Amino acid sequence: MTISRRTVLSTAATAATAALLTACGGNTGRGGGGSGGAGPRLAQWYHQYGETGTEQAVERYAAAYGKAEVTVQWRPGSYDEQTAAALLTESGPDVFEVNGPSLDQIQGKQVVDLTDLFAGVKDDFSPAVLAPKTHDGRIWAVPQVIDTQFLYYRKSLLEDAGVRPPRTLDALVDAAKALTTKKTKGLFLGNDGGAGVLGGTPLHAAGLELVTADGKVGFDDPAAARALGKLHRLYADRSLLLGAPADWSDPSAFVQGLTAMQWSGLWALPVVKKALGDDFGVLPFPADGSGGKPSVPVGAYGAAVSARSEHKQAAKAFVKWLWIEKTDYQEDFALSYGFHIPARLSLAKKAAKLRAGAAADVVRFTTDHGYAQPLLWTPASQTAYQDGLSRVIKDGANPESELRSVVRKVTAELDRVRKKA
Amino acid sequence: MLGEGGAGRRAFGTQNRTLWFWVFVGPFLLGLGVFTYVPLGWSVYLSFFDAHNTVTPSDFVGFGNYTEMLGNKAFTDSLWTFLLFSLFIVPTTFVLSLALALMVNRTRGAQAFFRSVFFLPAACSYVVAALIWKMSLFNGVRFGLANTVLGWFGADQTAWLSTTHPPWYWLVVVTVRLWLQAGFYMVLFLAGLQRISPRLYEAAAVDGARPGWQVLRHITLPQLRTTSVAVVLLLVINAFQAFDEFYNLLSDARGYPPYARPPLVYLYYTALGQGQNLGLGSAGAVILALIIAVVTVGQARWFSLGNKEG
Repeated sequence: MTISRRTVLSTAATAATAALLTACGGNTGRGGGGSGGAGPRLAQWYHQYGETGTEQAVERYAAAYGKAEVTVQWRPGSYDEQTAAALLTESGPDVFEVNGPSLDQIQGKQVVDLTDLFAGVKDDFSPAVLAPKTHDGRIWAVPQVIDTQFLYYRKSLLEDAGVRPPRTLDALVDAAKALTTKKTKGLFLGNDGGAGVLGGTPLHAAGLELVTADGKVGFDDPAAARALGKLHRLYADRSLLLGAPADWSDPSAFVQGLTAMQWSGLWALPVVKKALGDDFGVLPFPADGSGGKPSVPVGAYGAAVSARSEHKQAAKAFVKWLWIEKTDYQEDFALSYGFHIPARLSLAKKAAKLRAGAAADVVRFTTDHGYAQPLLWTPASQTAYQDGLSRVIKDGANPESELRSVVRKVTAELDRVRKKA
Repeated sequence: MLGEGGAGRRAFGTQNRTLWFWVFVGPFLLGLGVFTYVPLGWSVYLSFFDAHNTVTPSDFVGFGNYTEMLGNKAFTDSLWTFLLFSLFIVPTTFVLSLALALMVNRTRGAQAFFRSVFFLPAACSYVVAALIWKMSLFNGVRFGLANTVLGWFGADQTAWLSTTHPPWYWLVVVTVRLWLQAGFYMVLFLAGLQRISPRLYEAAAVDGARPGWQVLRHITLPQLRTTSVAVVLLLVINAFQAFDEFYNLLSDARGYPPYARPPLVYLYYTALGQGQNLGLGSAGAVILALIIAVVTVGQARWFSLGNKEG
């Protein structure tokens, strides 16, 4: 068979057209309607959890739902950026996990109001994590689990050095210095020296806030500069572990003996316990100054519904089923894989795993001292604050002047979001 | 039938150059328009609007985004970071790749081997190389390669990417880029060197020129002028595009430190990170594009690019 030039060209043109049409179509994971009699198809997105079994668990929950066909997308990489970009298009998720939503996402009408799902159960959700999901009295996501951060310390190393578990920021600075040896650093606050992960924690420890209840800057106070200045002392004393292969969220540095104390999360507790047995303790970030108090940041991924979903009501019904009605799944998700506090107070109270040892201490710290980043704390405010904190910690920049510049930026941001409201 | 009659032959025959031009060039022009010029135009449009979490904004702010971006210390600092990086990396890579090319060119026995060895890193991705540098060679703990070697001499462990006084992070950023790109430019210089006629060297020897610096200065470098111009242009453009190694070396889940933050990294966080301020990010992109245009035109004039005698 001879192939003419015309045949080659027409075949190539057909293939190119087909490829173009295929590319235009794309598989969004979202169906156009009912499928197989199981109601509409819903795409549900999760960020990639590190704990084994979590992905299979959420797929099992989705498969058990009878009123819609739910497909789970487990998305590794920069999840927050991925969802933020996907919400601008028609190909995003119907239901998605969100470390927020942010105020701009709410004001930009990118997420659906879920207030009515909470009828009769609102009081059973932890107020600390429900507050940042609430704006103008409306709730924009259902908190799934509570994640909290605190200080792990190695009991034997502290005993060998004659150091007591630090209860004040000054004691923490001194302890970190005393625990630093040729092989082991005193404290690990992340490879950036704590600028990223600590956020408002040192300010809370000094008795201040990021944003006050009436929407003003909460740290325009000399106590803020004093607390941040002490973080520079940790850096200048060379007490901080920096440049570890795994960052603060991973307990590797702590269990490998690279550091005597580490700031990390509740999710790391099973790994630490397995590696060190009872040779560790937990502490909140210690108080600073006479007006200070221990500080424990809490946060929660929430389940939200995209305003661009073609099946908003079906998506809301699924969220209500999974994250409000199916308490057995909620408990399984919180405690069977990683280690988290359930967002429902009733579940947290009855969870056996949270009643003893370090886990019980963490639950107590969280109840007594937990604070969540306020919704008015925008990404632009956070960047300005983190930049300033980084300059204070590493460059020894003057905390007062750095904070003055941050206060200006945050005030402008608060004005901006108020104008949009 | 089409193509066999006279009219068809005129429409589709080889003599209809206009038709075939569009058949072959059209799809690429269409792609260029849809994927480059439309987004570019839309970005310029967005830069005049308050566009938080939207690409179809309605609040016109005029030059507000531009004044905000130019008054933003984080952005202006990122421009200085880039300038410092370019001022260092362009001449260093130029000199290193030229030196490698001269060395390899002189090697008679295993030239292909050395050429391959120096060129091979160019096949490695910036992301992979940056992660190797960050996790293995220059991590800050005692078992990082650099710290292990220094430990043999009794030195303390150094947090290479976290130490700002002295700014050790520059050592990591610069070495990874040198390792990745010096081999590529070496090949360009090698091609240039092999185009130089041996007669010129013979004539120089007859005239009494001493081998080494004198020949390099008066024969080799002038003959490499066109290659050098191309190499410098490519190096400057590459430096402007610096993103991958900075991002992968210095970012973490919580953000990016203010030092060593080139403009593209800052704009990425502004427009595509959690901020999703697409209007402000677009204004920054336009400002950066204008700076690149001015520098490129200035550089082309400086080197008299396009001048036939150049």
